[in-house]
This record gives sequence, C-alpha cells and structure tokens, in this order.
Amino acid sequence: MFSRSPDRVTRGLRALRPRGGAPLLLATLLLLAAACEREQRRFVESPPSATPTGQLLTVSQLQPGPAYITADVEAPYDDNAWAVSQGQTLFTSMNCVGCHFHGGGGIGPALMDDQWIYGSAPEQIFASIAEGRPNGMPAWKYKLSDQQIWMLVSYVRSLSGLIPKGARPGRSDHMMLTTPPTSTAPAHPKMTTVP
Amino acid sequence: MRRVALAAVLLLAACAGRQNVLNPVSPGNRQVNTLFWWMLGVGAAVWALVIVAFLWASLRARRRTREDLEVPVEPVPPEANRRATRIVGGLVALTAIILLVFLIYDFTVGRALAAHPSRALTIEIIGHQWWWEVRYLDPDPQRIVVDANELHLPAGDTVQVKLLSRDVIHSFWVPNIIGKRDLIPGYVSSIFLSPDRPGVYRAQCAEFCGHEHAKMALPVVVHPRDGFSQWLQRARTPAAAPADSLALAGRTVFLAGSCSSCHAITGEPAYASLGPDLTHLASRRTLAAGTLVNTPGNLAGWIVDPQAVKPGALMPANALAPRDLRALLAYLETLK
Repeated sequence: MFSRSPDRVTRGLRALRPRGGAPLLLATLLLLAAACEREQRRFVESPPSATPTGQLLTVSQLQPGPAYITADVEAPYDDNAWAVSQGQTLFTSMNCVGCHFHGGGGIGPALMDDQWIYGSAPEQIFASIAEGRPNGMPAWKYKLSDQQIWMLVSYVRSLSGLIPKGARPGRSDHMMLTTPPTSTAPAHPKMTTVP
Repeated sequence: MRRVALAAVLLLAACAGRQNVLNPVSPGNRQVNTLFWWMLGVGAAVWALVIVAFLWASLRARRRTREDLEVPVEPVPPEANRRATRIVGGLVALTAIILLVFLIYDFTVGRALAAHPSRALTIEIIGHQWWWEVRYLDPDPQRIVVDANELHLPAGDTVQVKLLSRDVIHSFWVPNIIGKRDLIPGYVSSIFLSPDRPGVYRAQCAEFCGHEHAKMALPVVVHPRDGFSQWLQRARTPAAAPADSLALAGRTVFLAGSCSSCHAITGEPAYASLGPDLTHLASRRTLAAGTLVNTPGNLAGWIVDPQAVKPGALMPANALAPRDLRALLAYLETLK
C-alpha cells in the first residue's frame, strides 16, 4: 500500500519546483515589497504645521505682487490607500454627502465627473475645502486638520479617477448594511434643560 | 533577589483585583468560578492518581525484570487476568461517571447564565475604533444619558447591555462580572450584568479590532444602589457655562475650533458624535479609553499630540497656541 519508491518521491518533488526558478521568484517578491507603501500609515506628520496652507492657497487668483506658483503642490496622500479610505470615512462623517451625495452631486456639484468649477489640482481642491466657496460650500479650515483635508482631497480626486488605481477604495461604505446605532433613541434636541 | 520577589508579590496582588475572572463579583460569575475550581480540583486529583499509579507500576516492573531476567515467562493465571479486567473496567466507568456529572453540572450553569432576568435598566454600548460609547436608555428621550469610556452600574440590580458596533467586530469583556460577548456591526447582541459588590473593575476589548486594540479598555464603576441613581441624576445635568474668563475663552476655542467637529457637549452647541461625548470629561478616571490617568497634564499631552500616545487613533494632532491650550484645559476642567 505504501510502496511508493524513493525515486518516485524525488521525481514528484522535482515536478513541484517552479520552472524558470529563482529570477521569477525574486521578481514576485520585489513586486510584493513594492506594494507595501500602498497601505503605509503615517500617524505623525513632521512638522505638523509645515503644509503650505496659508502661503500658497488663496480664494482668488487676483493678488498683489508677484504671482505665487501654485501648480506644483503635490497631494501627500494620492498614492496611499489607507489615507484615501480615511478620506472616504471623513466624507461621510463630516456630512459632505449631505450636499455632494456620494459623488453624484445634488445640492452641491457632482464630484465624479470631469467638470471642475474651481479646478481639479490638489491644491485647488484643498483651497475649496479649506476656504469654502460661494453659494454654500463652508470653510473647513478651522474644523479639520490639514492632514484630514489632504485625505479628503485625495478621496475627492479618487471619485473621478485622478489618483492611481491601486490607491482607490475598493468598495463604498455607504452600501454597507448596518443598523445605525443612534436609531434606537433620538437624543436631540440636546439644548433643552432636563427636569 | 528580594526586589524580584517583592515585584512578583506585587504583580500577583494586582491579579487579585480589578480585571480577574477568579475574583467574581456577580452571581453568574461565582457559579462559573465554583465550576472551574471543582473541575480543576477533580482533574488534578485524577491526574495525580494516574501519575502515582504509573510510577508504582513502572518501578515494580523494573524490579521484577531485574530479578527474573533469565526466567522464562509463565502464563498469567486466569483469576489475575479477570481481576485486572475488573479494575480497568471499574476505572473506565468511574471516568465516564465523573465526566457525565461535570457535563450535567456544566449544562445547569450554562442554563442559569442564559436566563433572561427582569432588568432595572438597559444600557447601550457601541464599540468604536478604539473607544466605547455608553448610552443609558430611558423611555423619555430627554433623559437618555450619553457617556463614553466609563461604565457605571448599580450593585444588586440586573442591567441589560445591548452591544452594537460602528465599524468592526469588538468584544465586551468584564472578567469580574461576565464572560465575553461580541459587538457585531449591523447586529444587536445583548448580555445581562448583575454585579453585587461595589468597586471599580476593568473591562477590555477582547476581539482584535485594529491598531489600538490593546488600548481599548473600559473602567467599570459599580455603585451602591443609591449612589448609582445619584450618579445618573448628575450625569443628566447639561454642562453649565463656565464662570471665569479663562474657561470662557476655552469654551470659544472648543466651539470655534476643530474640537466640536467630532465631540459633543450637552448644553452647548456641540452635537457631533464622531468622538466621545465630553459633557462630563473632568469626572472620568481615565482618558483615551483607559490609556491615561485623567490629569490636566495628560489631557494637555493628549490634545496636542494624540498620535504619540495612541498611534492610529482618529483624533488628529492639534497645534494650538499655548494660550488657547491653557484656556481649553481650564474649560475642560469645568466639565464635571
């Protein structure tokens, strides 16, 4: 019953060895290692206030003195899947969906098409979020940290495919089946005094 | 050496208290404990007997081998054979009986634990990455208390806890009071707590839930019954406007700045529910879900750079001007 001869075993093992051998294996490992940065989390940005908010970003293109170069600000999170998914979470929890819906637009303009009123460059979207825009877009400068706004920038850019495909969120959270935890007990209005 | 011994004793002393299954403070857990000690005792006794029998047999066999080395093996007499069969059969039956008794005992304890007793209060606990939201429900919505990162219970009463999750699977575990129960997104599970000895215990998230799973603890305060209703009454009062000017400036920092985009304070125009409710922050024992002791210094460090304390927490670093930070701290201190 267990009469498999030793040389049959050796032959079987040899069959398992990949053809093409070491180079292919090495290439695979290198590719895998290259993917590590996709999910890298940078919890501490140093220094935290070094982002060029006050300097480069303005509401209007009209300004005194020489023109600042604004075209080359790089979005820090465009290739980072974790940060983009954090931006996605913020997009819901900060109620961006209230006006822009899930990218399709409604009260506010759509974000998933290729039309941009105030520009699609990272620093232009940053300015739109941080400073607000006329006709309803509030300013978030004092309500969110710069990192959070940059995460939102990358998520908003992902909606119309402006960031690398590898970093875009794989699924949308708003389709998730969850019981909203607050549905059991409406807590508002909170300002009333308690008897 | 003496220092090591002292440290060991201190460590063991720490085991005796706040987060220990062997220090039960509820009837259910006490039953589980009795079952555990019986199983351990009987199991240890059986094990010791088996080991003694084994040693005795092997020593005896060794002695006999040395004596009868050259003697041919003689057939075992039939009566000895029968005796051996009877002993083995008896021991197998005894083992089966012991296991059966424990099975029945185990079922009865499990049945007692699974009972749905009548309850005095329903509390909702919502797991977040990585903190606990606690809501003391009431038929009158105005009387609902929303709190965070601390669970208050009355001693001698049964409380139903409904468990929900906002993001991933967490698990609620107060070793002194009750076993684990998972918090599943999109599903409401329920567990009954009936602590009967006042004290401060410690619950811990018991299901790996991400980066800061280990720093997701929940101090559990069991009050005497009157103490609990007093606490609940106090927890219902909204925050009062601060009296001194520094705290008033801090209130402005809180409401105009980024704090209010995630945190709520009852009585103030801050309604966000993304982070813990801060209405009674100053009366809590710990900060950041049991991570830090609640002192002004720790609070300042936490506000300025949470990522140094709890990397991955959703609270971002806040580069506040020193004057603003002092004012904010003075305001938060008033939130008793």
